Amino acid sequence: MRGARIVCESLLCEGVDALFGYPGGAILHVYDELHKLDGKLNHVLVRHEQGAIHAAEGYARSTGKVGVCLVTSGPGATNVVTGLQDAMMDSIPLVVLTGQVPTTMIGNDAFQEADVVGITRPCTKYNYLVRDVSELASVIKEAFYLARSGRPGPVLVDLPKDVTAAEHPFSYPESVDLPSYKPTVTGHPKQIKKAIKLIESSERTVLYIGGGVVNANATDEIIELAERLNLPVTPTLMGLGAFPSGHDQSLGMLGMHGTYTANMAMAEAEVIVNIGARFDDRVTGRLDCFAKKAKFIHVDIDPTSINKNVIVDVPIIGDAKTVTRQLLDALPDAPPPERKEWWGILRDWQKRFPLSFKDRTDCIAPQRMMKEIAEITRGEDICATDVGQHQMWAAQYYPVKHGRSWLTSGGLGTMGYGLPAAMGAAVGNPDRRVLCITGDGSFQMCIQELATCVHEGLDVKVLIMNNNFLGMVRQWQELFYSRRYSEVGMKYFPDFVKIAEAYGATGLRAEKPEELHEILEKGLNTPGVVVMDIIVTKEANVYPMIPAGAAHYELVLEPEDDGEEPEPRELA
Amino acid sequence: MSSKTSRHVLSILVEDRFGELARIVGLFSGRGFNIDTIAVNKTLDPRFSRAVLTTRGDDQIIEQIIKQLHKLVRVRKVHHMTDEKHIERELCLVTVRAAAPKAREDLERIINLVGARVIAYSPTAFTVELSAPSKEVENFLELLRPLGIKDLCRSATIALARPGDDKTSNIGENAA
Repeated sequence: MRGARIVCESLLCEGVDALFGYPGGAILHVYDELHKLDGKLNHVLVRHEQGAIHAAEGYARSTGKVGVCLVTSGPGATNVVTGLQDAMMDSIPLVVLTGQVPTTMIGNDAFQEADVVGITRPCTKYNYLVRDVSELASVIKEAFYLARSGRPGPVLVDLPKDVTAAEHPFSYPESVDLPSYKPTVTGHPKQIKKAIKLIESSERTVLYIGGGVVNANATDEIIELAERLNLPVTPTLMGLGAFPSGHDQSLGMLGMHGTYTANMAMAEAEVIVNIGARFDDRVTGRLDCFAKKAKFIHVDIDPTSINKNVIVDVPIIGDAKTVTRQLLDALPDAPPPERKEWWGILRDWQKRFPLSFKDRTDCIAPQRMMKEIAEITRGEDICATDVGQHQMWAAQYYPVKHGRSWLTSGGLGTMGYGLPAAMGAAVGNPDRRVLCITGDGSFQMCIQELATCVHEGLDVKVLIMNNNFLGMVRQWQELFYSRRYSEVGMKYFPDFVKIAEAYGATGLRAEKPEELHEILEKGLNTPGVVVMDIIVTKEANVYPMIPAGAAHYELVLEPEDDGEEPEPRELA
Repeated sequence: MSSKTSRHVLSILVEDRFGELARIVGLFSGRGFNIDTIAVNKTLDPRFSRAVLTTRGDDQIIEQIIKQLHKLVRVRKVHHMTDEKHIERELCLVTVRAAAPKAREDLERIINLVGARVIAYSPTAFTVELSAPSKEVENFLELLRPLGIKDLCRSATIALARPGDDKTSNIGENAA
């Protein structure tokens, strides 16, 4: 069998039902086999390789399966580097297949040659250059195994053209031989005991959960743990949806733009139980001031996450689902503790410092836009975001109801992630509506994927929070650079409604508060790809905010409303 | 945990495959850790190589380095030699000027003192070999400096557990 066919048959053996890609010279043999397979392998033709990899990420995050991406050598491969690092930081399982020049030409500066294993070594969990067709099937088997096991991540397989052309009998291995790779799944019983003892000893306890809970599909266990111990729960940006945001015990997201209550709960906690989060700097703020009163239990599948930023008291290495189940099994059979004093404090904060914003009658407040979306969708939809202010407002106000329904670029903060991620999620979840909350800046970074969405007939609703600014950068320039707005206003913005129409999608616009609800209702209920250009307050800021370098309890809340939009400022 | 920076010797058993050394080295540069020396060679087991690496950092950094090394897919074992009784050696080749009889006498005395030996010479210079722990090599070079060092090449440090304390073994996978 030809190497290229071995690639395809291996993907079929892995149960791959969607593959996002873009053809080119070095990967032609594989595309030829795809053609011969006549649709047996569902290939989505994107408009840019960056779109392919973010789509694979959105697909993986929303379905729990490995996302697969197929691109050519040189520029095809370098265009997926951003997505590889994105998947690396957010622990998204991907297998990325890249074409490569023939082995005989490697190192000769051949046409469309790049040292792809060299370039991608630090931004993949592992990568392979396949040098012989005989190892092809086992490499692909290992790639899938590595991508999905342990702490998930992206694995790249570089396929020289002569390897995909060579003949070899095909047999897909049943198991992998990775003697040095043995991720720990089950927590050490001694540590479990220690953790239980620490939890039982304290009144003021917080459960802090992250993306690891999503990856481990541990939502049910987390709800059970929270309820049996009557614990307040705060998710990270990556953990949204891992605990239902409508649950009475949820404090909302923590971190730089998290709720007052969530951040203060961390500051006042005696014990913090971290499951599947990594004490990211956007959560801890200034490290030497972080949660000074607390002892820490830290559950993580990746030993390097433990004691990296915060020295913890009870580390437990293992899978979030397995370890949470172990904790549940070790808990004494008793009614949930009341934690009357603790909940009293938390409820008081929630009442006094809820998420708040200035609603306006002269223009649409971005938070109002999110609240209306929340009301119409009730958090039932899959929601992808881009990066910036809109991302934080979406995180604050979109009531993610289901696991694997919140797609965002958390670690890397990749503008341009939103639309292709929504597209990948729509491919993997044809029965669900997928939102893409984006900004006028981010949207233009992968706007070409509108064509793919229309081509594939996907149910993707793009909601642009259009403030004519690169809003988050502008916010920082306002707060920390005396409103010196350096290169944050693009002087020319295209007409997004016309763009939508030019791509064959539906375009709608709302400019006044009284139009907002109707446009959203209409757009969200129009089948197919819809772009809603919502013109919002130009200079609204995301609050609460922990300024960079400040302690996590030094939250800045929304200032009192003076009712005036600031004077327009000449753009630099 | 101590936050004092000190020197550490790590012995890494890694599958002998294309590009694995680059992963180890890349891990250090990418995360801002420092490699002082690194020595790599075969083990008795052809599937594995051993890399002995010296680095510096406080306890938290060393813990992180060891865990990051363990996390590499093809790294089988990482031994923190500094935690165990071990022997270290570095090989030093140094060429010293010694044309005058007085200089030769001085050189001979130093060589005998530290147990080095002459491996090549010309009418005006001698090349000397010393195998010793890095610290002793440093001292040796200090002694030679007044004579005039013409050329110098030092190897990376290698390390082995002391017999009787050999929880680690350099033989390879089966014995490790």
